[in-house]
Amino acid sequence: MRLKAIAAAVLVAGLGVVGVAIAAQEDGTHEARSALMKKVGGAAGAMAAIAKGEKPYDAEVVKASLMTIAETAKVFPDQFKPGTEKGDKAASPKIWEDHADFKARAAKLSDDADKLLAQLPADPAGVGAAMKALGANCGGCHEKFRIKTE
Amino acid sequence: MVRRFVRFLLCLVGVFVIGGAVFYFITAPNPLPESHWANLGEPDLKNGEMVFWTGGCVSCHAAPGSEGDAKLTLSGGLALKSPFGTFHVPNISPDEKAGIGTWTLAQFGNAMKRGVAPNGEHLYPSFPYNSYARISDKDVNDLFGYLKTLPKSGNVAPPHELPFPFNIRLALGGWKFLYFNDEPRVALPANADDKIKRGQYLVEGAGHCGECHTPRDRLGGFEADQWLAGAPNPEGQGRIPNITPGSKTVGSWSQEDIANYLETGFTPDFDSAGGSMAEVQRNLAHLPKPELEAIAAYLKAVPNR
Repeated sequence: MRLKAIAAAVLVAGLGVVGVAIAAQEDGTHEARSALMKKVGGAAGAMAAIAKGEKPYDAEVVKASLMTIAETAKVFPDQFKPGTEKGDKAASPKIWEDHADFKARAAKLSDDADKLLAQLPADPAGVGAAMKALGANCGGCHEKFRIKTE
Repeated sequence: MVRRFVRFLLCLVGVFVIGGAVFYFITAPNPLPESHWANLGEPDLKNGEMVFWTGGCVSCHAAPGSEGDAKLTLSGGLALKSPFGTFHVPNISPDEKAGIGTWTLAQFGNAMKRGVAPNGEHLYPSFPYNSYARISDKDVNDLFGYLKTLPKSGNVAPPHELPFPFNIRLALGGWKFLYFNDEPRVALPANADDKIKRGQYLVEGAGHCGECHTPRDRLGGFEADQWLAGAPNPEGQGRIPNITPGSKTVGSWSQEDIANYLETGFTPDFDSAGGSMAEVQRNLAHLPKPELEAIAAYLKAVPNR
C-alpha cells in the first residue's frame, strides 16, 4: 500500500516535471526555438565526430543526424508565427520583416539535408564535405536573423 | 574704459590664437615620411592576400550584399551607422578616379598606420587605423600590392553624414591625441610563446578584433582595462561577446575549440557564428590553421574580464 503511494507520488512528481518542461517549451518562445536549434546542433556534432575521426563511421548515425536536421529545419519556422515577435531577445525583427527569406533559408537547409540522405555520405571525408555544405546554411541564417545576447 | 576693454579683447583673441596653435601643433596629422616607405621592395602578393583576409577588408569595402568573387571588387558604399553619425565606406578598388589607383605606397601606408589621408587630413577612426598602426611595414606593402590586383570599380560613395562637431576633421587630432597609439594592448611577458606573440600581432593589428569586442567610452575610445571584454553591438540590438578567458561562453572553450570555430564557424556545442561575426569567420577561414591557432593562443593569454 505504502509502496503504491510512493509510486503514485513519484509518478505525479514526474508528470509535474514533464509538464513544466512542456510549458517552458511552448511554441514561439526562446526556449522552444533554442531546443530545436540544439537538436540540429546535436546532430551536427554527431556528424562532426565522424568527420574528425573521433568516432568510427556509422551509416546509421549519419542517416539519423541528417533526418533530424531535415525534419527540424522543416518545422522550425512554425516557431515564428505572427504574434510571437516579442519576448525573445535572440530573434531579430528581420525574421518577421523578411519572413519569406527566413522560411526559404530553413527550407533550403531541409532540402540540402534531404539530398544528402538520398546519397548518404559513405566515409568520414564525405561526412566532412556534407558538414561544410550544411554549415553554410547555419552561418547564413544566423548572420541575418539571430541576435547575440551575451 | 574703452581702451581697457579693447585690451581685454585683444588678450582674449591672443589666448585663442595661441591655444589654437598649440592644439594644432599637438594634434596635426602626423604621417610617416616618404623615406619610411621607400625600401620595402616587391610585395609578396600571397602574403598580402593573407593580410587582406585577416583584416576582412571585404566586410566593409565590398558592395553591400555582394557575394562570391564580386566581393573582391572593393567598391565601397556600405553605410556604417554609429553613435556619431553614418559613415559611408569609400571605394578602395584600384580605379584611378574613384578608388586608390593613383595612391603611392606612402599614401596608403599613412592611411593604414597613421590615419592620414593623401590630402593630409585626418581620417575617421571608423577606419580602424588605431589597430592597423600595429601592422608591420612589410605587411602593409604586401597588402597594397595585393589590393592592386583586384578589380576596379567606378562607384563613388556619398559623403559621411555626421552632425556637428563630428564633421570637423581637425577635431580628430584631439581624438588621436587621447586615444591613438601603436603600443601593445596587452603587456605579454617577455618570455611569452612565439605563438601567443603572433596571435597578438594578428588580433591587435590587422584582425582589429578589439574594435567591436572592446567597449568604448563616450568619445569612442576604448575603455581602459576592458580589452576584449565585450560591448554593445554597434549595429543595433544585442551584444558583441566577451572573448577573454573570463567570458561566460568563450571562456570555457579550449584553444583548439577557438581555432576550430574560426576555421569552421561552429562552436564546441555546434552553434554557429552569427551576426557580423559570420562574415569575419568566413574571412578568417582563408588563413592557414597555424595562424588561427596563434589567435586562439593569444585569446587564452589575455587578462580575464
